[in-house]
Amino acid sequence: MILATPRQYEVVFIVDPGADDAEVSRLTDIHKQIVTDQGGTITKEESWGKRPLAYEILHHHDGTFVLLEIEGSGREIAELERRMRVNDRIIRYLTVRVDEDRRRAEKFKERRARKAEKRPTSGAGHSRNATPDFATDESREG
Amino acid sequence: MSSNYEERSRGYNGDDDMDRGRPMGRGGRRMHRRRVCRFCMEKADLIDFKDVRLLQNYIPERGKIIPRRITGNCAIHQRMLAEAIKRARNIALLPYATD
Repeated sequence: MILATPRQYEVVFIVDPGADDAEVSRLTDIHKQIVTDQGGTITKEESWGKRPLAYEILHHHDGTFVLLEIEGSGREIAELERRMRVNDRIIRYLTVRVDEDRRRAEKFKERRARKAEKRPTSGAGHSRNATPDFATDESREG
Repeated sequence: MSSNYEERSRGYNGDDDMDRGRPMGRGGRRMHRRRVCRFCMEKADLIDFKDVRLLQNYIPERGKIIPRRITGNCAIHQRMLAEAIKRARNIALLPYATD
């Protein structure tokens, strides 16, 4: 499947807190390998280290978080999720497709820039509703 | 139910400047004030589920999402915020419920 623009995904997974750094990086490498084998590319990799979980998962109270940003067709995500599901060192994962939201954000930004151009006396026009209230409030606080 | 929220958000708003309009009267009567969507003010186009510090402002102790009639967020941003909070809950960055 060839897409005009590749899809972008953010994948976060939580590794069992019993795993040491070496095991976490080994797991990360394995999953990166899966993605590249399926034709995807890793655009970002981030480890947040060990942090507490907001609620208990499989009797664990903390876990090591790893974030991957992936670009691809979506097929590699299916394989990646399947592999993470069967791996019992990974206690939770979440995949979010981000390209659509990012494109939308880009569009908003453009529209704002165009508006600002059209109206050289911007600022005043844009936040006409709120500005007076805020100005007084902030000066009082500061 | 709703009064519960309002009570909580009152104590809450104080230290978090969630509403930066006119201050709320101490006597308990709700004062009417103009609320502005905070995300619109900051021109936020995306709300990231990884930004726990930001999202925490919108869940009181109980863990529920504060409705927009309290926070004053616009519909677009409230929807983005709710989505982000739900994602953060899934990955255990935020609690589903606490008591």
